[in-house]
Amino acid sequence: MATPLTLKELSKKEVLLTSGHRMCSGCGAPIIVKMVLLASEYPIVAANATGCLEVSTCISDYTAWKIPWIHNAFENAAATLSGVETMYRSLKKQGKIDKDIKFIAFGGDGGTYDIGFQSLSGAMERGHDMLYICYDNGAYMNTGIQRSSATPYGADTTTCPAGSVIQGKPQPRKNLTKIMAAHDIPYVAQASPSNWSDLVKKVKKALEIKGPKFMNILSPCNRGWRSRTDDAIMLSRLGVETCYWPLYEIENGVTKVTFKPKEKKPLVDFLKPQGRFKHLFAPENENMLKNFQEMVDKEWGSLLKASGTE
Amino acid sequence: MAKVVAVTGNEAVAYALKQVNPDVSAAYPITPATDIMQRFTSYVSNGQVKTEMVLAESEHSAMSGCIGASAAGGRVMTATSSQGMALMWEELFIASGSRLPIVMALVNRALSAPLNIHGDHSDGMGARDCGWIQLWSENAQEAYDNTIQAFRIAEHMDIRLPAMVCLDGFIISHSIERMEYIDDDAVKNFVGEFKALNPLLDIEHPVSYGPLILTDYYMEYRKAHAEVMSKVSKVVLDAAKEFEKISGRKYGLFETYRLDDAEIGLVILNSAAGTSKDVIDSFREKGIKAGLLKPRLFRPFPYEEIGNALKNLKAVCVLDRADAFGGSYGPLFIDIAASLYPHKNGPVLMNKIYGLGGRDYLPGHAELVLNELVDIAKTGKVKMIKEYIGVRE
Ligand SMILES: Cc1ncc(C[n+]2csc(CCOP(=O)(O)OP(=O)(O)O)c2C)c(N)n1
Ligand code: SF4
Ligand SMILES: [Mg+2]
Repeated sequence: MATPLTLKELSKKEVLLTSGHRMCSGCGAPIIVKMVLLASEYPIVAANATGCLEVSTCISDYTAWKIPWIHNAFENAAATLSGVETMYRSLKKQGKIDKDIKFIAFGGDGGTYDIGFQSLSGAMERGHDMLYICYDNGAYMNTGIQRSSATPYGADTTTCPAGSVIQGKPQPRKNLTKIMAAHDIPYVAQASPSNWSDLVKKVKKALEIKGPKFMNILSPCNRGWRSRTDDAIMLSRLGVETCYWPLYEIENGVTKVTFKPKEKKPLVDFLKPQGRFKHLFAPENENMLKNFQEMVDKEWGSLLKASGTE
Repeated sequence: MAKVVAVTGNEAVAYALKQVNPDVSAAYPITPATDIMQRFTSYVSNGQVKTEMVLAESEHSAMSGCIGASAAGGRVMTATSSQGMALMWEELFIASGSRLPIVMALVNRALSAPLNIHGDHSDGMGARDCGWIQLWSENAQEAYDNTIQAFRIAEHMDIRLPAMVCLDGFIISHSIERMEYIDDDAVKNFVGEFKALNPLLDIEHPVSYGPLILTDYYMEYRKAHAEVMSKVSKVVLDAAKEFEKISGRKYGLFETYRLDDAEIGLVILNSAAGTSKDVIDSFREKGIKAGLLKPRLFRPFPYEEIGNALKNLKAVCVLDRADAFGGSYGPLFIDIAASLYPHKNGPVLMNKIYGLGGRDYLPGHAELVLNELVDIAKTGKVKMIKEYIGVRE
């Protein structure tokens, strides 16, 4: 029997990432992992790219993972899980395994958008039966908040610091979700921990689909975002309500916006509580705020168009 | 019944892999190793093996896939050369540090730049300290035999380490030789059923692979690795003994050729040993006591055994098909010198660098070196300890 999608029922399930791990308090990543694992009705084998989640959840001789888990390196969670999943197929075909097992890779934005992009693209093209989840906190947090190609426009990081000449990251983010959709894989989605039931539904759906799946999940990081430790859910909600982080899915090429805010909030509502955007509020950077809002509007507009919900 | 065949080195390795019939292989093409995986995937396409392939988008991902597949709990192999191995380098340490018994054929090739596709040992030597077992092979027969034995050694419960089988690019990989194939059943029994150790796919007993280990325990892990390495020689010898029963061919940690009473000797790896043996025969005919030592198990290096085998010679030349830039001497020389360090009255040593980027190693080269050794044995004096041979001035 599948678990009904109520908090009451989900809360009865075993949490498969235990407490006691060493991620910062208020970090979005373990919240996301817990939700993803709660969503599954199947046993999961997970792969994890090097990054905050990985270094903080399995420090020998302790592990927070109650499921089989493998960390190989930074750029190859997808390739590593390709190997695991292929061995599963081989042994299953030989009759040496009979269980239905699902495979999930977790990678940060650096390990997914940047250094691990080739490995991810390859695994998706080969069609492995796996779900790749990017927890996107918008920078290389583990090594001290360096810029990645997921870092938002204008954000201050330790390698694109806001200075007197350069005002944070000059480039907009790479739209990885769209790029993954261009792989023509059966399922691609964006989710946020603020909208837990949307997130859980998407994971459940993804796990029922055979083949390669990709989900990009907004993952607040109070260290890198320069925000309060109890703001993770509030910020991810603002990300969704400002349409900075639209919730949508692309199933077999069909785009569907899964959450449309009743009233689209101005982007500054999302930016304001975050210290990484502080400099954008200086009068001389007004133009940057305008640019940023336009980028968000443009993507939201094209998403609505694609999903026919304009 | 053994079958006599005329095949290339790559063909022989591919056939050994077919007979071993691994569960998964993840691979990526690169000359001169490509041919192994082309042949192997045709076995896959024709249902002659049960192997599931991961046709990766790079060697880094190929080795990453091998690591995932091996940790999942099954038999895994791959093949590469040169730049491919260089791209895998990060993963080689992860495979060995995670104690995963992956077998890889390394068809030795020079490293860029300049780009060169031909045989030398720069790739294998670059990976010598990455915690893998290395077996080196003179010819197609040895490459075939070593491939089969590599699975048994790597997967041995006392070892569980990855192993690479080295053979010379083109010189062996693409030349046809007469050799013998062992029966399928004999190979199957020799390698045995794969025994999984802490497999990821055992859902009832979840394990975590690849933890973070800080200053408190990292060093203990490294020491444990070093200790396992010290057990490899015995397992290699045991496997060789069993292998002799199915093949009639004898293997050791290294091969000696007319070395017992030799006064001068060559130490040389892989295909060039064959050429050298012929020249040694002609020196013996002239009454000169020349011999040869060809390492087989290069990692872990059998220092004690090799030191004992060479200690009574008067003069020895170590021939390296790779240079260790800035290390003064070639990589093989450094290990041979180290193995003779405990022997105060050991032979005078010299080092020749030969055959880089597939440059031919000819009988004339061996003659030149042996003549020089004759002089050194008489005078005890070396003109130049290290020298490139067969090269334009
Ligand atoms: C090949 C390689 N290059 C660089 C590093 C250093 N490194 C480790 S984690 C990391 C950043 C991880 O960023 P991300 O993937 O976004 O995950 P996060 O830490 O933000 O959760 C970097 C640069 C590495 N481990 N391996
Ligand atoms: S630095 Fe950020 S991503 Fe990393 S553990 Fe802390 S809050 Fe989480
Ligand atoms: Mg990140």
